[in-house]
Amino acid sequence: MHSPRENPFPVFLYRAFVFGFGGLSLIYLVAPIVIAITMSFTAGQTLKYPPEGFSLRWYEALLDPVRSGTEHIAAGNSLKIAVLAVLGSLLFAVPATIGMARMRRSTVNSLEPFLLAPLVLPSLVYGLAALIVANFIGFQPSLWLTVVGHVVVFGPLMYRAASVVAQGINPSLAEASTVMGATWYTTLRRVILPLLAPGILAGAFLVFIQSLDNVSVSLFLADAQTTVLSLRMFALIEESLDVRVAAMSGILIGLTLVVMLVARRVLAPPRQA
Amino acid sequence: MKASGFPYVLPMLLLSVAFFATPLAVLVGFSFIGPDGPSLHNYARFLGDAFNYRVLINTAKLGMQTIASTTLLGIPIALLYWHSGKTARQVIIFLTLIPMLTSNVVRTFAWIVILGRQGPISETFVALGLAERPFTLMSTELGLVLAMCQIDLPLIILPLIAILSRTPVQFTEAAQVSGAGPWRILVTVLLPMMLPGLLAGWILVFASTSASFVTQAVIGGARNVYVPQLIYREVGTLFDWPMASAIAVVLLLSTGILLVAMTTISRHRRLVGHA
Repeated sequence: MHSPRENPFPVFLYRAFVFGFGGLSLIYLVAPIVIAITMSFTAGQTLKYPPEGFSLRWYEALLDPVRSGTEHIAAGNSLKIAVLAVLGSLLFAVPATIGMARMRRSTVNSLEPFLLAPLVLPSLVYGLAALIVANFIGFQPSLWLTVVGHVVVFGPLMYRAASVVAQGINPSLAEASTVMGATWYTTLRRVILPLLAPGILAGAFLVFIQSLDNVSVSLFLADAQTTVLSLRMFALIEESLDVRVAAMSGILIGLTLVVMLVARRVLAPPRQA
Repeated sequence: MKASGFPYVLPMLLLSVAFFATPLAVLVGFSFIGPDGPSLHNYARFLGDAFNYRVLINTAKLGMQTIASTTLLGIPIALLYWHSGKTARQVIIFLTLIPMLTSNVVRTFAWIVILGRQGPISETFVALGLAERPFTLMSTELGLVLAMCQIDLPLIILPLIAILSRTPVQFTEAAQVSGAGPWRILVTVLLPMMLPGLLAGWILVFASTSASFVTQAVIGGARNVYVPQLIYREVGTLFDWPMASAIAVVLLLSTGILLVAMTTISRHRRLVGHA
């Protein structure tokens, strides 16, 4: 491993830097997640950490339709918006991916920045711009307006995830299908879409998570009746330190973990035969 | 055959123009609406106020502090990945993705627990005798940087890991065989290789900090105000849309200039040529 001229002290320092400091950094990265999960099982009334005892009382409070009615409605709205945003992104981004794969590299390079621009723009600024325009043409904030905003801002995530896969698809596969007499629809359905599926799934996952999490677009585009989960949590955090937020966090983290594990199964590259 | 892709791209392109580019253009137009016709009134009022000016500087400063701290912690994690075996590498990727995919509000909530008077930091300091009584790091700049750094850390780790996972071990083995020590390998081989990833990460981190409204509002508190909160205040409390638009344009321009500068550097051949 070591060359004979190596001085042991710098090597030791390097190891301390990588394995010690690097390891600690990794703990710092994950610790808040662990803390949020463990906090949600507290038996106490406050956010005292380490938690006082173990109980499921905050999960019970959260699931109780009487005490947490607003939160249930907010969760329903968020899920609706997220599912619609995924569907909208599919509708616009997947065709764009397929089209780009057929175009010259130089054309793609000049068009792509336009499609990806929403990812770099602070979404708060976009939310404000969309609110001004919607108001100008006579639309009030609503669930549907929020969905449109989410498709514009998060659709590019779907495009990017799918186009990574599309670039790896051998164009002769589609050509072979056409030569064999398949219509473009058959080629799309039997050849291109199955090959794109992992990218589309990854994209759907990202759009769903981002839409569920979004505050800055929904802040401007959702109306008072359409409370969404992230805004409701934000309000609960700001107004009172309600421990139900810990239970909400626990559920959201659990959901993320489940989806990640499922995605890993689905997206794992097939073994080379 | 080659050009037939355009009809497929058209819907998304139209969506982008109609619902993205147009609103932004309108926003810019709105920012010039003064009390009596088009003017630079809003900009003059915004930049003429010493408080706003300080908020603008603080926002840029927060971005820089987050970039510096994520870099300091991101590089050792990337090196840990580099020196790990196959399984450990997958574990590191998994541990990076969990916080990244967890809701921003949830991560902010976790930091409220950590930084609070009854949180683990305060309790540990009191237990070790380093502090006389419980204290809170909420509403402090230090607390906010600690939270922002953790929240944005995956954005810098993932591009670094993406580069390292494509790099064959022979790269550093060659340097090792030639007698270079680990620090020398880090400085002359690994860091130059990671530079494009660092630049990509910095862009993502900066864009993220200039928009992380929730974390700044909740953890920064009333004492530490940043540009996104100013925009929200103009819209939500003062209903001054032209003013909000002007602040938004200032935010866009200041982040835009930085992003363009960093992208230009990352494309500069001579600087990142070896990668």
